[in-house]
Amino acid sequence: MKISVTVNGEKRESEIEPRTLLVQYIRENLALTGTNVGCDTSSCGACSMHMNGEAVKSCTVLAAQADGCDITTIEGLAKGGKMHPMQEAFMQNHGLQCGYCTPGMVMAAISLLKENPNPTEEQVRIGLEGNLCRCTGYHNIVQSVLACAKGGN
Amino acid sequence: MLPAAFDYKRAGSAAEAISLVSEYGDDAKFLAGGHSLLPLMKLRLAAPSVLVDIGRLTDLSYIRDAGDHIAIGALTRHMDVEKSPVLAQHVPLLAHAAGHVGDPQVRHRGTIGGSIAHADPASDLPATTLALGATYVVQGASGTREIAAKDFYKGFLESALRPDEMLTEIRVPKMNGAGWSFQKFNRRAQDWAIVGVAAWRRGSESGVGLVNMGSTPVLASSVASAIASGASVADAAQKASAEAEPQSDLNATSDYRKHLATVLVRRALEEASK
Repeated sequence: MKISVTVNGEKRESEIEPRTLLVQYIRENLALTGTNVGCDTSSCGACSMHMNGEAVKSCTVLAAQADGCDITTIEGLAKGGKMHPMQEAFMQNHGLQCGYCTPGMVMAAISLLKENPNPTEEQVRIGLEGNLCRCTGYHNIVQSVLACAKGGN
Repeated sequence: MLPAAFDYKRAGSAAEAISLVSEYGDDAKFLAGGHSLLPLMKLRLAAPSVLVDIGRLTDLSYIRDAGDHIAIGALTRHMDVEKSPVLAQHVPLLAHAAGHVGDPQVRHRGTIGGSIAHADPASDLPATTLALGATYVVQGASGTREIAAKDFYKGFLESALRPDEMLTEIRVPKMNGAGWSFQKFNRRAQDWAIVGVAAWRRGSESGVGLVNMGSTPVLASSVASAIASGASVADAAQKASAEAEPQSDLNATSDYRKHLATVLVRRALEEASK
């Protein structure tokens, strides 16, 4: 089947098999490999990306369901060589260790602040319940998100 | 992991969706948010040959005050149920329970109708709407009918829906100021409940639904009967498992689940009785 998806601001048209997962489409058809596949069972959140501005787990969405939608991946955040404030906050606050969960964490965190611009620490922790960090580096991840919120971004 | 191959059909209306499913029969499944169905398909526990995507039927996404009840369109997402001011005012138990389904990403995609039609005893919203005495409206090739939540759940992932019927609306009675509580016992925030309890109470009237305490969501009628006849919360909670036959699995044995149900029903009723 044919789908048309706007990915990071660019319209992409592709011929896909209906069973193609959104994450597979993004990584394999469009060669945007910044998004990682972790558990592949909608538990870990590593594959989080934005679909019409909201974080979704792209291992549990069909590319067909994204037809006509606006998708943003981790590659779409930096503008003109300048990192997104959330990326910057993760860097400044040591919000990553091995980095595997990071693209998903950043996408989920941006979605979280969009819904709740001034969260408490507890609200950040609850808001990121869908993202697992196997380095268990949660403390600095939460600090990063709070720092980004404090910066008004 | 990829699902087995299937044909994808996108429905432009409820009538078209029902006609497509009627055409393909048992091999077809409705796809709403996909957060119950797609995981099963990826594990090859389900392999429908046709998916009828109803995810774009936005006219089935609404929350309306309908007098004595709130009418919720089947395609309303968990996030919209969670954040609805109408539900916060009239059915706060349901809004709160919706906020405990999965995690934010799941709640951005998953729908209340999908969760109920999937009829998973471990899901939060089937047991919650059961406790609240909801009615489900279903539409089929031969018309529309209403099914009481207590008559809907027939077995593990089995409901009273016929293959050509689609759940279109959930009608939940207003709580009219009743006390309520939602208890979810799990290992990690995003997990399914090992045991969950949705409860409300208004004087001698109450309703208690149990999550993951059998092959279907369970209405703990014996607890409500005990409360109605004046039993204390602690005594009523002793009846928590009277209607339940919980399974043993990796997380808990059947006996442990019964113990949890007693504790959680007591806590829920204490909170709902305040």
